[in-house]
Amino acid sequence: MAQQAILKKPVRWHIAVFLAPAVLVYTAIMIIPLFGTLQLSLFREVEAGTIYVGLQNFRELLTDPHWSQSFWNALWNNTWFFIIHMLVQNPIGILLAAILSNPKLRMRAFYRTAIFVPTILSFVIVGFVWKLILSPIWGVAPNLLDLVGLKFLFAPWLGKEEYALTTLALVSVWQFVGIPMMLIYAALLSIPDEILEAAECDGVTGMAQFWKIKLPLVLPAIGIISILTFVGNFNAFDLIYSAQGALAGPNFSTDILGTFLYRTFFGFQLQLGDTHMGATIASMMFFIILTGVSLYLFVIQRRMQRYQF
Amino acid sequence: MKQGKIHNVLMAATVILATGIGSAAAQTVTLTIESWRNDDLQIWQEKIIPAFEAANPGIKVKFAPTAPAEYNAILNSKLQAGSAGDLITCRPFDASLSLYNDGHLAPVQDLDGMKNFGSVAKSGWSTDDGSVTFCVPMASVIHGFIYNKDAFDELGIPVPATEAEFFAALDKIKADGNYIPMAMGTADQWEAATMGYQNIGPNYWKGEEGRLALIAGDQKLTDENWVMPYATLAKWKDYLGDGFEAQSYPDSQNLFTLGRAAIYPAGSWEITGFNAQADFKTGAFIPPVQNAGDTCYISDHVDIALGMNTKTEHPEAAKTFLNWVGSAEFAALYSNALPGFFSLSNHNVTLEDPLAQEFVSWRGKCSSTIRSTYQILSRGTPNLENETWAASASVIKGTETPEAAGKRLQDGLNAWYKPAMK
Repeated sequence: MAQQAILKKPVRWHIAVFLAPAVLVYTAIMIIPLFGTLQLSLFREVEAGTIYVGLQNFRELLTDPHWSQSFWNALWNNTWFFIIHMLVQNPIGILLAAILSNPKLRMRAFYRTAIFVPTILSFVIVGFVWKLILSPIWGVAPNLLDLVGLKFLFAPWLGKEEYALTTLALVSVWQFVGIPMMLIYAALLSIPDEILEAAECDGVTGMAQFWKIKLPLVLPAIGIISILTFVGNFNAFDLIYSAQGALAGPNFSTDILGTFLYRTFFGFQLQLGDTHMGATIASMMFFIILTGVSLYLFVIQRRMQRYQF
Repeated sequence: MKQGKIHNVLMAATVILATGIGSAAAQTVTLTIESWRNDDLQIWQEKIIPAFEAANPGIKVKFAPTAPAEYNAILNSKLQAGSAGDLITCRPFDASLSLYNDGHLAPVQDLDGMKNFGSVAKSGWSTDDGSVTFCVPMASVIHGFIYNKDAFDELGIPVPATEAEFFAALDKIKADGNYIPMAMGTADQWEAATMGYQNIGPNYWKGEEGRLALIAGDQKLTDENWVMPYATLAKWKDYLGDGFEAQSYPDSQNLFTLGRAAIYPAGSWEITGFNAQADFKTGAFIPPVQNAGDTCYISDHVDIALGMNTKTEHPEAAKTFLNWVGSAEFAALYSNALPGFFSLSNHNVTLEDPLAQEFVSWRGKCSSTIRSTYQILSRGTPNLENETWAASASVIKGTETPEAAGKRLQDGLNAWYKPAMK
């Protein structure tokens, strides 16, 4: 005991020293701006200068008809954007991973790379290329549909209020489907062969094996993907901005929180930037994401069963 | 040893170079111009700046444009950080007014060059009471329609002067089927508002009369003369190309310059591009009036000006440049280098470009006004200009009726604008 007490005594400087660079950088570029934003949202510019208004900005954002209409519209659009990703991107990602992990499939490396490549493309390129593909004037989409006799299905999707957001969500799915695929693929590969062999001995093969053995084992990875998708979607901005501009047309039907924030904070055309309302929106985005992530951490992740190999 | 020698030579060279640059800097002053006109970079570098530098030795000018969509945001950040250029290209109305109010733009009304501008020209860059002007007006843009002359000749269509003739022409082009009657899309929304609503609107609200009445609160956006332009816009739908809902601004430009569309609702800033791109003859006509013989009104919108950063290190040189911007030499140089941007000064400028001549000749025939949403009315939330974009696009697509659009805009305006308050 006495010996241990002596051993504990020296201050373990190295911990602080090793942590310092990361902590300093993270504080300087993340924590301070975050609190700066929160602080900005509590003030307002009036003729006499900047005054503290408490939660007045938030109240206005949520209740004033002109702000709240835009806000709820953006929030709902954002939610729909997320729903599409959850319903389309993640199942397809899992499916692709399951197919790729089949050892009998040839040219696996090629498919893996090909599906992953769009992920590393810039949003600007993706937005621009898809805008061209879907253009009713120069695009290849109408001709391609014509080749298979489905021309009647073509519509100027990006220009119609009812389709534009879904179209952009699917473009985003196309771009990012590689991420869930890779993560699930890695999780699937890490399942020990013994378990699969044991399953086979018990007569669990093929689809049944996927549903009963593999899927439960990759569930934690799916959880991580969901949370990544959630955070990514509610922070999204680039694709909408590059494809539809800051006004997120047609008629604000593709306006998500990110574009709404951009317009408010920096201003657009004749609209002057309003840093305080902009910061209020940014804070709301932060709270929404914080709530979502906390819900996941405290409610879902704790109940998830983990298997140790 | 050898390495040491080279080292010394390099050192000496550096010292000489450094002193050389130092002494040069002492004599010349470099002015940096912030601008959103990145399309004009070449014209500034090859024509405008050399002309100024030749007349004013000792002052060098650097034109540093950014992308139009990001200009306001970038400029604001630069000004706040104190890293903005000496001369600042001014957007009209509130964007620049707020820069002046924040102390970023210096008053310029006492400059000699300012004598050459009328009050309408200054209106875009003056305080609401007109006592202070903070930018030297450079140019305005005029709205109208540019048409494919070859197509009109081929189909035997006369240039329309009234609305009935205009729609008759569109019908004829549509019936022929070779051309898309009108090249415009709603994807970018501002085309619908700027080349649509603000283009044909002044004929209905009688230009300045209606615009000022709207600001004074004597007229409402729900009044007939403000809703009727929307009703006319709604009729355009049938004459636009397939899939116009997703047609963007560059798409429209290309459709017209490739000769696939006959009429292009335009702003005069298109002239340079169209001259270079289109290999057919083009002409322009005034926004058609309702009945033959009606007074015509055109949107002659103050668009671009130049102001001085209050924190400039070279105020005298900057003033010299601003005075030059007000001179006849600049007016002639600028208007001819950029046909379609018409000098706002009172100097008599001879334009060489026929299309630009056509546009500018309307100033004599019609009453000029500026875009209705720009002065004062787009200060609050919701922003009237942005809402007008969305409304014009919706009306053309048929997803909103003209009356509903007018009501929505007026409701939005009522939410924050009290005419008596100003």
